[in-house]
Amino acid sequence: MAPDAPILAAEQVSLRFGGVRALTDVSFEIRRGEVFSIIGPNGAGKTSMVNCISGRYRPTAGRIRFDGEDITRLPTRKRAAIGIGRTFQNLALFGHMTVLDNIMVGRHHLMRHGFLSGMAYWLGGAQREEIAHRREVEEIIDFLEIQHVRKAPAGTLSYGLRKRVELARAIALRPKLILLDEPMAGMNLEEKEDMARYILDLNEEWGMTVLMIEHDMGVVMDISHRVMVLDFGKKIAEGAPDAVLADPHVRRAYLGEADEVVSEPEEALAP
Amino acid sequence: MDWTLLLQLTLNGLIVGALYGVVAMSFVLIYKASQVVNFAQGEFLLVGAWVCWWLLTEWQLPFWAGFLVTLAFMTAFGLILQVVVLRPLIGEPVISVIMATIGLGIFFQALMKWIFGVFAKPFPPIFSTERVNVLGLEVQPVYLMSLGISILIMAGFAWFFTASKHGLAMRATAFDQQVAQSLGISVPKVFAMSWAISAVVSSVAGIVVGVVNGVSSALSFYGIKVFPAVILGGLDSVAGAVLGGLIVGVLENWAQYLDAGWLNWGNMVTIAPFYALILILLIKPYGLFGTKNIERV
Repeated sequence: MAPDAPILAAEQVSLRFGGVRALTDVSFEIRRGEVFSIIGPNGAGKTSMVNCISGRYRPTAGRIRFDGEDITRLPTRKRAAIGIGRTFQNLALFGHMTVLDNIMVGRHHLMRHGFLSGMAYWLGGAQREEIAHRREVEEIIDFLEIQHVRKAPAGTLSYGLRKRVELARAIALRPKLILLDEPMAGMNLEEKEDMARYILDLNEEWGMTVLMIEHDMGVVMDISHRVMVLDFGKKIAEGAPDAVLADPHVRRAYLGEADEVVSEPEEALAP
Repeated sequence: MDWTLLLQLTLNGLIVGALYGVVAMSFVLIYKASQVVNFAQGEFLLVGAWVCWWLLTEWQLPFWAGFLVTLAFMTAFGLILQVVVLRPLIGEPVISVIMATIGLGIFFQALMKWIFGVFAKPFPPIFSTERVNVLGLEVQPVYLMSLGISILIMAGFAWFFTASKHGLAMRATAFDQQVAQSLGISVPKVFAMSWAISAVVSSVAGIVVGVVNGVSSALSFYGIKVFPAVILGGLDSVAGAVLGGLIVGVLENWAQYLDAGWLNWGNMVTIAPFYALILILLIKPYGLFGTKNIERV
């Protein structure tokens, strides 16, 4: 595998629910090591796209490749095992479990020892493995600064903290590609800044490729390498943040139906 | 009032109640993991007890060997049942799944009668002494064994759910299957595992009751007694199931005391838990520890 080959490639992905076309012929590539954002108005198909990648939905047509391998029909849990982790738009933590247990569930596929071999805990491997897992989990907890709530039931935490714990759980899988569905929705400015910093660190220091859906344009423009814009299930633009923002199609999608609005400024300049 | 008798009955209630608790736990396990209300829970006890009885009497195995072989058999039994019967029903309406488990119950009930006959058959004696004295109360050693095993199973459950990989996976699946899958958990495996564990644990209870009372189709009544216990405790709470079981056990015995002393209706033992069931449903429909289903629309 060449190092500059895309980590994820969507080829003409379409998704239909009965007569509703959630996605139509969407193609894009995510390069290894980048922060790639999908933006678009509500109902544009952003979450549908993420669900196709994570395996929750099967595309009606088209193909998705991860690391060069066709994963279009791969079950969700196997995608987790080959390195795709995700968070959810509306928080999906295990509310009754402690923060620590929530994160430990993320280690599931990495644990070799199960029920029976774990019985022989003190005989050998299991204990060493447990220690290794705990060390890694602690590292994640340190990174996201959630030490003080590690034993608290996840359901009792504040919204911002819960978002962080969910991120921690997704990181615990050690994914190569992490899908973040609105990681900053409903956060205040300070929390957003923290989250942006975590995402950048994940990308730069932990080497994870990030696919993010986010509505906060400021954040998207600040931390993304490239941005794709969806509107009514179709890709209308893709490229560097500035270029995408300047794209007339994008402005039309966000500002509403008004071709003349887009072309007016140039005409206004003419004497 | 006869205090010794009342005390004795309370102790009996706790011992039997612990067994109810164990069966209720295994019922809750299936419900929690796979949202299936298993009406064939009692038949798990029945099948387990008959298999163990068969191994001990026909094959003359020593008790511990027969016991272990039964556990292995029940693991396979639970797995196969889930994979062959329940797995194809995933996604079907709840009522279809319930009908399927009722069908399973009737099937195994009849199968056991066909193979082993309709009369109760005693286990070969395991303990040499008939009775031991605990704090001035007469107790059969099998009852003590039963209590010990129940406590062991409960501790095992607690360990399994809090400290083991598969226990965590099971809780995660119970909470949200989609999320569990996105974390690399195999939901079909978790379902199969919950049935296997449930079958094994129920069969242990079945064997214990079989040793005390002999094996007969009456064992499957435990599957029905489980309902007041789990509804009292909360349908999706493992700890609640244990408490519910204990309460039902004690309640039964107190009802018997009341009945024998004053009422003379002659059936309070069997009926009392169900009166309690109706009361609970009226007052606290989610049970003591159950989760209230709040749906956001």
